[in-house]
Amino acid sequence: MLDLDPGKYGAFLWPAFAISVLVIGWMVVDSLSRARHWRKEVERLEALRSEAKDPSRP
Amino acid sequence: MFQALANPQRFMDFSRWAAPLVGIIAVILIAMGLWLTFSVPEDYQQGDTVRIMFIHVPAAYMAMFCYACLGGASFMGLVFRHSLADAAGRACAPLGAGFTFLALVTGSLWGRPMWGTWWVWDARMTSVLVLLLLYIGYMALQAAIDDEVKAARAASILALVGLINLPIIKFSVDWWNTLHQPASIFRAGGPTMPAAYLWPLALMAFGYMALFGSLWMVRVRSEVWRKRANGLALQAAG
Repeated sequence: MLDLDPGKYGAFLWPAFAISVLVIGWMVVDSLSRARHWRKEVERLEALRSEAKDPSRP
Repeated sequence: MFQALANPQRFMDFSRWAAPLVGIIAVILIAMGLWLTFSVPEDYQQGDTVRIMFIHVPAAYMAMFCYACLGGASFMGLVFRHSLADAAGRACAPLGAGFTFLALVTGSLWGRPMWGTWWVWDARMTSVLVLLLLYIGYMALQAAIDDEVKAARAASILALVGLINLPIIKFSVDWWNTLHQPASIFRAGGPTMPAAYLWPLALMAFGYMALFGSLWMVRVRSEVWRKRANGLALQAAG
């Protein structure tokens, strides 16, 4: 059975968990968005390069 | 294996499936750890604040582990000039800074009800704050120098010098008088903690470790793409 009532210590316990969720959430979102941004940038630049090499391609 | 993965293409092929797999393992371990965190009985002295331990201690372990990885990557970059070493170091720093920040904040939130203070300038807490400053210094140095090779070299030297802080953090509770409790898990004679608390702590610690592994691979992948994008942009401009 889960004990989700920390009583008088709630003012310390919940902020500790909330900050952990926020910081870990930031780590996940920042890491994934960076990866997505640079992957898209490589794809865009590679498409530009192949277009420049072969202008007849759509 | 390290030799094989030092090749960017092999690393990209490996991390393409390994990063999400390790990420899923992290989610499972952390979910199980959180379930046990709120299932174990409260401590007879610390009450419910003992549950902060299950997020504070793994964050503190990871703060030090990430820095050891940063030091290892910096050494490989400086000495062996591995092509991925700089990317590996750059990927470690923000994650390590995040875990160090968490260790400090959750420790402070645990310390206030138990010690009666948010912060004291004792050896353990001060050395962990220095660790956070080292991470910030590493990232600032990387960002401040335009030439990436010079930036990587300067930041790697800083990271290697900062390695001296790791044994200071570990042994600070033995070498100096401190409010912080001494080691209760990795100590001669075995852990002093009850098994009921060891399980959630271990699950959360391995969960944080897996989370770091997964995000580290994702960040190294972005670094490889960033370098490739910069190369392609230069070609296009030239």
